[in-house]
Amino acid sequence: MYRSHILVCGGTGCTSGHSKKIFEAFVEGITKEGLDSEVKVVMTGCFGLCALGPIVIVYPEGAFYSQVKVEDVKEIVAEHIVKGRIVKRLLYKETVHEDGEIKALNDTQFYKKQKRIVLRNCGVINPENIEEYIAYDGYQALGKVLTEMSREAVIDEIKKSGLRGRGGGGFPTGLKWDFTKKAAGDKKYVCCNADEGDPGAFMDRSVLEGDPHAIIEAMAIAAYAIGSDQGYVYIRAEYPIAVKRLEIAIKQAKEYGLLGNDIFGTGFNFDIEIRLGAGAFVCGEETALMTSIEGNRGEPRPRPPFPAIKGLFGKPTLLNNVETYANIAQIILKGADWFASIGTEKSKGTKVFALGGKITNTGLVEIPMGTTLREIIYEIGGGIPNGKKFKAAQTGGPSGGCIPASLIDTKIDYDNLIAIGSMMGSGGLIVMDEDNCMVDIAKFFLEFTVDESCGKCTPCRIGNKRLYELLCKVTDGKATMEDLDKMEELCHYIKENSLCGLGQTAPNPVLSTMRYFRDEYEAHVKEKRCPAGVCKKLIQYKIDADKCKGCTLCARNCPVGAISGTVKNAHVIDQTKCIKCGVCYEKCKFNAVVKG
Amino acid sequence: MKNLAELAAIRDKMKNQINNREVEKDGDIVIKVGMATCGIAAGARPVMTAFLEEISKRGLKHVKITQTGCVGMCRLEPMADIFVNGEKVTYIKLTPEKVAKIVAEHIVNGNICTEYVIGKEN
Repeated sequence: MYRSHILVCGGTGCTSGHSKKIFEAFVEGITKEGLDSEVKVVMTGCFGLCALGPIVIVYPEGAFYSQVKVEDVKEIVAEHIVKGRIVKRLLYKETVHEDGEIKALNDTQFYKKQKRIVLRNCGVINPENIEEYIAYDGYQALGKVLTEMSREAVIDEIKKSGLRGRGGGGFPTGLKWDFTKKAAGDKKYVCCNADEGDPGAFMDRSVLEGDPHAIIEAMAIAAYAIGSDQGYVYIRAEYPIAVKRLEIAIKQAKEYGLLGNDIFGTGFNFDIEIRLGAGAFVCGEETALMTSIEGNRGEPRPRPPFPAIKGLFGKPTLLNNVETYANIAQIILKGADWFASIGTEKSKGTKVFALGGKITNTGLVEIPMGTTLREIIYEIGGGIPNGKKFKAAQTGGPSGGCIPASLIDTKIDYDNLIAIGSMMGSGGLIVMDEDNCMVDIAKFFLEFTVDESCGKCTPCRIGNKRLYELLCKVTDGKATMEDLDKMEELCHYIKENSLCGLGQTAPNPVLSTMRYFRDEYEAHVKEKRCPAGVCKKLIQYKIDADKCKGCTLCARNCPVGAISGTVKNAHVIDQTKCIKCGVCYEKCKFNAVVKG
Repeated sequence: MKNLAELAAIRDKMKNQINNREVEKDGDIVIKVGMATCGIAAGARPVMTAFLEEISKRGLKHVKITQTGCVGMCRLEPMADIFVNGEKVTYIKLTPEKVAKIVAEHIVNGNICTEYVIGKEN
């Protein structure tokens, strides 16, 4: 038994903040004090509050240290661990009451409204130690399924839970399992889609980094239910920490007999292999993913036949997303009724969102379905920094759409998001404030899909490229009102005629911004003006001669020498030389530089 | 691993190790050992170790062991406060042997070892 546990976040965010060095410094410090038999230092997965990383939590006090530096470790060890005096200056300020009392982490705004099912072990266990996973009831669900439940009963339980695919589509998981089970075939496969490619989405990555065994266990349960003995995890090579921890987890599971032959002595065999993706966005699409696993170029193919009938190597294949799998063991252990009691009528359970963009608490949050966007942004997310106004939230990445401020009280679930022209997607949630130009945002996402289009079908390959060019015309101030109509028509054409999900959803960012921010598009077209002051071709920097004190600061900082003027006299910007970098605007102390 | 019993055995073994990895819940018993300079000088370290060993040996999952600073009665160290249902009992001049008895009597059976409690010393 240990009297204290020091948990150091080993997620990607904190790792980039040198949490590995912090971990090593703690181990060294604890050993030096001779406390290694009573204090345990653990490297865990993501705690979620990435904005304040690197994060260290010390139990049993539950002291939440944020933005810890390697130099701080010595003080934490000497004060907190040796003498029992919490180092208050390093605590996350939300956890300290005005009177200096420390409040529980779960009482802070960030954690209070969250419900952690998928992320239950992230930031709690050491993901590289299978025994810690077992300690938190790991592999109990697999044991229960193999020894007590029939294959039908497992599928019924998943169906009854109401779980839907967390990769974005929201297809009922139990139904998918049932189709695959019923499909005729001598060999069946279970696949996990860990090819998380949306810009700004990192929940699958965090689950694999923080709790890899949960995915292995769930895949084994799925394999039993559909009658498979071979699984593949398709994961992008850009996720080195996740790949490494998954490899370790698979190796340990094999050593413990939880993968391999005759699991729990029941005669059930199952093995998992990892396949690395080379980073093509289209490989997140199920048919392209399977083509890639087969060793071919990652291109989609028409459906039907669906993977459940004819998938990997032409055999019936079950393909679920990481987050979907992460729910399975909990549903088996706690029951479908428990799971179905969380969420809304048609969307059960929770959803993990990667909060990013103009938001105070950048990070990973898990909320029950039906939580409003307002709660996510203002309560959990801590609001918009610098007193700016909320303008829109983008969900679903390049396949999704924007939710305007007027719909901020929408309850987030699959159907509500579709109804307002966006989609759940994999769970990226990018917050935008008044300084974001919505045309520019649409252009950003479309540029991404144009880049990532595999080129197999014409509507996606050429249609999206033309759409992108039209958007460029808008941001350059060269478009006409007819161009806007043309864009809309083209969007619908691409959606209806593309081969796979990538093309079918690529115009969504354009359509939804045109729907909710039509006035911004029209300002670009009619007035040749970018209201947010983002589109470079449409803005001009000028110096207000009345306000200019002639301090020369702007002229000295201008990278292209476009500003002229003498000391104590008003300066002037030469528009032919100006590259609109905005340095003068930021540097001026008298607000004399105006943007418009 | 060939059966569920083996899985359960690993789980139970590990539960013991991760026992202190959460903040205390209602119903938990909390032991706070005085670990300031005075406490350590008087022998708080073996006392702390003894608490950890005794609790671990008995597999008591509802007990949290932590440390506290100096309460000003350095001459009575090593000391420990034990909180059961919010009620505090302070033990003084502890030794590993006394700890074994306190865990058995007070923590397990609910009988306070009055002979070691503060105020009972000569």
